[in-house]
Amino acid sequence: MTLPMGRALREVFGQTVTDLANTDPRIVMLDADTASSTKADIFHKAHPERFLQMGIAEQNMLGVAAGLATTGYVPFVSTFVAFAVVRPLDQIRVLIAQTGLNVKICGGYAGLFTGVTGKTHLIVDDLSIMRAMPGMITIAPADDVEAEQVLRWAAGYDGPVYIRLVRDATQRLFDEKYAFAPGKAVVVRDGGDVTLISTGTETPRVVDAAELLAARGIQAHILHVPTLKPLDAPAIVAAADRTGVVVTVEEGTVIGGLGGAVTETLSEHRPTVVKRLGLQDVYGESASNDELLELYGLSAARVADRVQAFVEAQKTAGHASPAA
Amino acid sequence: MSTTTHDAEIRRLEEVARRIRVGIIRGVNQAKAGHLGGPLSAADILAALYFRVMRVRPDEPEWPDRDRFVLSKGHSSIGLYAALAVRGYFPIEELLTFDSFGSRLQGHPDMTRLPALDMSTGSLGMGISAGLGIALGTRMAGRDSRTFVMLGDGECQEGEVWEAAFLAPRYDLDNLIVIVDHNKLQQYGWPGNGPDERLSPEGPGELVARWSAFGWRVLEVDGHDMAAVVRVLEAATVGDGRPVAIIANTIKGRGVSFMEGRYQWHTRVMTADEFTTAMAELGEPVTTSVGGAA
Repeated sequence: MTLPMGRALREVFGQTVTDLANTDPRIVMLDADTASSTKADIFHKAHPERFLQMGIAEQNMLGVAAGLATTGYVPFVSTFVAFAVVRPLDQIRVLIAQTGLNVKICGGYAGLFTGVTGKTHLIVDDLSIMRAMPGMITIAPADDVEAEQVLRWAAGYDGPVYIRLVRDATQRLFDEKYAFAPGKAVVVRDGGDVTLISTGTETPRVVDAAELLAARGIQAHILHVPTLKPLDAPAIVAAADRTGVVVTVEEGTVIGGLGGAVTETLSEHRPTVVKRLGLQDVYGESASNDELLELYGLSAARVADRVQAFVEAQKTAGHASPAA
Repeated sequence: MSTTTHDAEIRRLEEVARRIRVGIIRGVNQAKAGHLGGPLSAADILAALYFRVMRVRPDEPEWPDRDRFVLSKGHSSIGLYAALAVRGYFPIEELLTFDSFGSRLQGHPDMTRLPALDMSTGSLGMGISAGLGIALGTRMAGRDSRTFVMLGDGECQEGEVWEAAFLAPRYDLDNLIVIVDHNKLQQYGWPGNGPDERLSPEGPGELVARWSAFGWRVLEVDGHDMAAVVRVLEAATVGDGRPVAIIANTIKGRGVSFMEGRYQWHTRVMTADEFTTAMAELGEPVTTSVGGAA
């Protein structure tokens, strides 16, 4: 049994920021000519006077956002991650992160699900880049439920936030009882054989993988880490302690992303052998979502197989979990 | 204003500019670091802005209805700091902390350290975008506030400048006034005639043509003729729906003879003799306080 599909995060983004702007006159939306893709067009229809078309000029857009923030507005900046993060990186660094100005950078089309665009648009290192930037809160929601809560929290927080959003519909992990807490990781499954730590929309696939592993006699403990920065180090250490065997899984590069964050943390607080699943220092390419998940070993079935292999290798190597 | 009053006002502003230049020389000499050519070329315009044209409250630097100033050419920070100090935002002696550990006067303007700054800058091309955002925000909020942005002419090589130049007319931002400090030299530039010569980043008339082509209202001025500078800035604040670009023709290193027009003084540490000569040319005994006689 697999988790059901939820709303696409881009739809959640467009609708949630529009709803927030109904009661918060400070909220403005900045678009770089991608509103019909990122669903910022929902905001445009509802609040045309606060929808600011910046044109295809992203470096300027991030600078304009910083200026607007000094006058009391809360700019939500929206375009594809390639152009919201990577292209205007120095503007983000100097004008937003170093100043601490109240700008929300909403990177649409993150990860692999970009609608068959190829490597220019497949941004797999956004989390690595943003969490390395001092002063930048970095969040990757798991599903539509969490994305809405993250956007609502970000609107009320005074300071720069990067939110990773995904184009296509992904699976729903959480129900209405879920409460996102910034900077907190959450255990979404308990198990004693292997600890799986994941972030963003990869987490629902990891939950599905855990069901496959359970059928093979391996009980996975799953920690979902929506906030890459500030990182919930105690939760990561506790999750590692639960089984002693740790695998990170992310829809992005393992270098500096969640895999980097977890290994940094455990190296310092609880040296542990960690297997990092994700993109292994490669760019993406044009293919369907399912083909890309297979290619990079990130589908539920492939994650289950790779985790099983790692668990068995660890047992052979004498790194058995405390419970074994 | 009568002619006599006007003349006295211009003389007052010229004296302010002299004191700003003294602050620049003292601050950079103390730090043994920082830029000289660009701050000196901007000094007269900074004096006119902060002592006549801009509506600001030094004792309430974050007054919401104030006019804003963004130094997009952030490496000229000491010029802005000197103007702010002379204006009374902070003690003039603080200029001697420029660029030193713990100072509010960072090498490039840092708004998180010094509340008088309306934006942090230093990476070229960005200040105009931020200024555009400020002008948009103050107008949306219904504030009668003007935003002044100073760019370098070399800085106009940054593509972001032209992204902003494209956008501002789309929003009819006539409360946005860009001043290009056209001192015709940059740090290293392109060789001219002989090893010590450099070509201007832009030829005669090129900046006027470019900003005009982007739909801006363009005004040109001698950036060291105080009466003309005041006149052009006051004309710029009477909006006609278009953003304004003032091309200020200036001389890099203005006020110190051996620095004027020489690209080598973009950033350079003065010898003791050079410092003494510079101060003497600015009519300032070396022994007096940092910002000159009151």
